Amino acid sequence: MSGVTIKKVLLDPVVNNNPIALQILGICSALAVTTSLKLSLVMGVAVCLVTAFSNLAISLVRSQIPSSIRIIVQMVIIASLVIVVDQILRAYAYEISKQLSVFVGLIITNCIVMGRAEAFAMQNGPVVSFFDGIGNGLGYAVILIAVAFFRELLGAGKLFGVTILPVINDGGWYQPNGMLLLPPSAFFIIGLIIWGLRAWKRNQVEAPDFKLSAHKVKEAF
Amino acid sequence: MSSNKDTISKTVTVALLLCIVCSVIVASSVVLLKPIQQVNKTLNLKENILAAAGLLKPGASKAEVEAAFAQITPRLVDMTTGDYVSPDVVEKASAADYDQRKAAKDPKLSKKLDGSMDLAGIKRQARYSKVYLVETDGKLDRIILPVHGYGLWSTLYGFLALEGDANTIAGFGFYEHAETPGLGGEVDNPRWKAMWPGKKVYDLGKGNEPLINLVKGGVDPSRADAVYGVDALSGATLTSRGITNLLHFWLGQHGFQSYLDRIRKGA
Repeated sequence: MSGVTIKKVLLDPVVNNNPIALQILGICSALAVTTSLKLSLVMGVAVCLVTAFSNLAISLVRSQIPSSIRIIVQMVIIASLVIVVDQILRAYAYEISKQLSVFVGLIITNCIVMGRAEAFAMQNGPVVSFFDGIGNGLGYAVILIAVAFFRELLGAGKLFGVTILPVINDGGWYQPNGMLLLPPSAFFIIGLIIWGLRAWKRNQVEAPDFKLSAHKVKEAF
Repeated sequence: MSSNKDTISKTVTVALLLCIVCSVIVASSVVLLKPIQQVNKTLNLKENILAAAGLLKPGASKAEVEAAFAQITPRLVDMTTGDYVSPDVVEKASAADYDQRKAAKDPKLSKKLDGSMDLAGIKRQARYSKVYLVETDGKLDRIILPVHGYGLWSTLYGFLALEGDANTIAGFGFYEHAETPGLGGEVDNPRWKAMWPGKKVYDLGKGNEPLINLVKGGVDPSRADAVYGVDALSGATLTSRGITNLLHFWLGQHGFQSYLDRIRKGA
């Protein structure tokens, strides 16, 4: 296993190989839960735990999994973990679990979890797979928190529910940008983050699929 | 790596073992965490009752919720006659123990609703309903009625609080639903909920048919019937229609109409 160290699998997904920014996975939930920092943080932790433990479990049994049913096996493990996480949230963070509603359940279909299980845990040992899961969860959480920072600050004038910019409705001076509380704004912010990241890390820029060549043929009119 | 891991017997064994292990994990987490979740649910229900009545301070602690809830008296009402009944009829020690949602499924304690009667789309209705009363200085101050009905995707469960005159709305909110987030889910929006207090249910000069409804395109305040209208939710026609229907059902002749009539007569 050359080149796969714990430090590398833990930190690479945060910047160099970010699941949202480079692989463009898990966008759906990133649009939905980033209205407040608290939700994003809980969602990030939940995804972190699910990816880590599903990677660990799948890596432990990887030599036993018949390849014909490997996707189903992965799904069953991931789904069980997500239900456990959902139940824990409902017991200990009822308010948050109510706001996250279906999106905790939808971690099952989050491509990051499935992608790491199939691409990494099936080939690597349990410990390094576990950290790979944490790393990818972190990469996801970092983007979520960055997006939520802007959305909550500019959309509601708050951070973690604490008022930073007093909004006009409460007698302050800040006119909140309502669009930032709607899902499309997360698209713009994620887009800007990807742009910024690729301007900084040039090697993330994809080669163009085709080149425009100069227009040489004279048209008929 | 064993070379024969793709045989049928191996596949079946792995699938079976995996299913057993996973089901044990899932089942035990559900069973172990159920008591804690139940506590949260009851607390949440109390908070919602208080919120509908406008008695809940924002950010109230658990103890404050319990203390505020202590001033609320649950009573049972017979839905056909509108009389208070003792908890004995549902074989419970007190009205607080009565689970109306369970009763609505029990053939002994509920009745089937026919198509034309079933405005709210709930199919069965409990014969007895809980109401929550708040009294200040011996005078009835708030009547909190549990209501539910079908919206677009889900049954919405909520509380409607009326003032002591059994006509003016003091608050309205849902505590459980699964409508589209951002559209029908906006029933949870505090700004929409804030439109309800002060609205009237009945035009008592004309009779006791409920007039309250959601108005598509917004309420025109210059109209005489503006006091019976609340803005419908934009982009959520079917949820809005469901809410109007459930209010008409629960405030109409199969709902609390006769009970509220009695209250207004001072019974």
